[in-house]
Amino acid sequence: MLAAEVSASPHPLKQTPLHALHLSRGGKMVPFAGYDMPVQYGTGVLKEHLHTRASCGLFDVSHMGQIVLRPKSGRVEDAARALEWLVPQDILALPAGRQRYALFTDEAGGILDDLMVANFGDHLFLVVNAACKAEDEAHLKEHLSDVCTVEPLRSRALIALQGPKAESVLRRFDAEIATMKFMDAGPRRLAGLDCFVSRSGYTGEDGFEISVPADAAEGLAKELLADDAVLPIGLGARDSLRLEAGLCLYGHDLDPATTPVEGALEWSVQKSRRKGGARPGGFPGANAILGQFEQGAARRRVGLRPEGRAPVREGAALFADETSSSPIGSVTSGGFGPSLNAPVAMGYVPSSLAAPDTVVFAEVRGQRLALRTAPMPFVPNTYKR
Amino acid sequence: MTTTTLYTDDHEWLRIEGDVATIGVTDYAQSQLGDVVFVELPKVGRTLKKAEAAAVVESVKAASDVYAPISGEVLEVNSELAGEPALVNSDAAGKAWFFKLKISDRSELGGLMDEAAYQKHIA
Repeated sequence: MLAAEVSASPHPLKQTPLHALHLSRGGKMVPFAGYDMPVQYGTGVLKEHLHTRASCGLFDVSHMGQIVLRPKSGRVEDAARALEWLVPQDILALPAGRQRYALFTDEAGGILDDLMVANFGDHLFLVVNAACKAEDEAHLKEHLSDVCTVEPLRSRALIALQGPKAESVLRRFDAEIATMKFMDAGPRRLAGLDCFVSRSGYTGEDGFEISVPADAAEGLAKELLADDAVLPIGLGARDSLRLEAGLCLYGHDLDPATTPVEGALEWSVQKSRRKGGARPGGFPGANAILGQFEQGAARRRVGLRPEGRAPVREGAALFADETSSSPIGSVTSGGFGPSLNAPVAMGYVPSSLAAPDTVVFAEVRGQRLALRTAPMPFVPNTYKR
Repeated sequence: MTTTTLYTDDHEWLRIEGDVATIGVTDYAQSQLGDVVFVELPKVGRTLKKAEAAAVVESVKAASDVYAPISGEVLEVNSELAGEPALVNSDAAGKAWFFKLKISDRSELGGLMDEAAYQKHIA
């Protein structure tokens, strides 16, 4: 009954600087984006999830790409203006010490990756998805090399500390940490180390992401885990936490066939980059994307709450009713939400069916199960704004 | 009436009493599955063929099929699992039985493992 969940990798798996720590803490290791990563520890996904929402979870996200964009002119606005060639977000107005969610788009308006961009005063700091990082680096180098050096930071780890106790845990390592607000980001001395810290994350909880030199990562992680409030959390709970928070997983909820408007990510495109704004367009796929801002898109990402207890997983076809034979869309992420104690999903439906409380049906093992479209996040976020 | 417990290499147990087999998943299986959040059971009266998908166990992360270890008709299912799927984690070999089958072909029992062989299988 236990089918292999993962296919064999043609390449040896890479390890993060915290690999030995995962093994010593009983991490159940699986291949993920080319890395050998913990999907859970002994406590299990359910408890890890609930612990993060109640206390504090430590996540190894060192597989993600960290990239510095350093302007050759020395003026960060030159790097910001250049990055705007590749993303529909306003980077020029992003103040020093702040971070923003962004999207690499292609000429058709599809999403190549989603990322975080921070203004570190004299350069930009990017965090990109593990599975896309090689392509993202090449993309940045191809388009921005005249203006910026593109510097992948290969010798840094990335540790996320998430949950209501994250601030009090970190205060022992950085007395001023509480002055940071949601989406503040910048270099900080933390535990005597040269870190880059942002007050953000991927769980819907208050929390931090800490970029730390690779050779100091295990020491810092151990010190953080020595706090009774902190448990290590694997990829399983990371996925259920982000799903309850309504956050997209690239390659599943977003991909090159999906535009920012279809993905319900209009909020991420500031007015300055839209029609009538200060710098409208000027990014790949601008015509298609800005056209959809005015005319709408045919389909839209929505939250979905199954009415029964059965989880509805990624790939399940969606139907308008119990009998029709042609699917109207599909589930792109789905599982069980431990904080909701109920199944939860997101997926794409025709925009005409995207209003909250619309009933659609998913086909699961030959049966049609009712789901109701629902606003996201499913679990309210607790960011410190 | 004597009771014999047999095992499959797919980590199911069968408790054989006369011509009835009670079927569940092993403690090893539940430890590999993780926290069980949903169990789908076959309909009473359904005739299962050996190796046919009979039930589904869902953890937070994934769904796993439970195959009929032998052929037979479903006599009864454990309705407690609908309200309390976590029983699979807490008492896999006992309270969390899945379904009872009326054994249709006793020769199929010959291919199953006894306790000692199963312990070796998971060692």
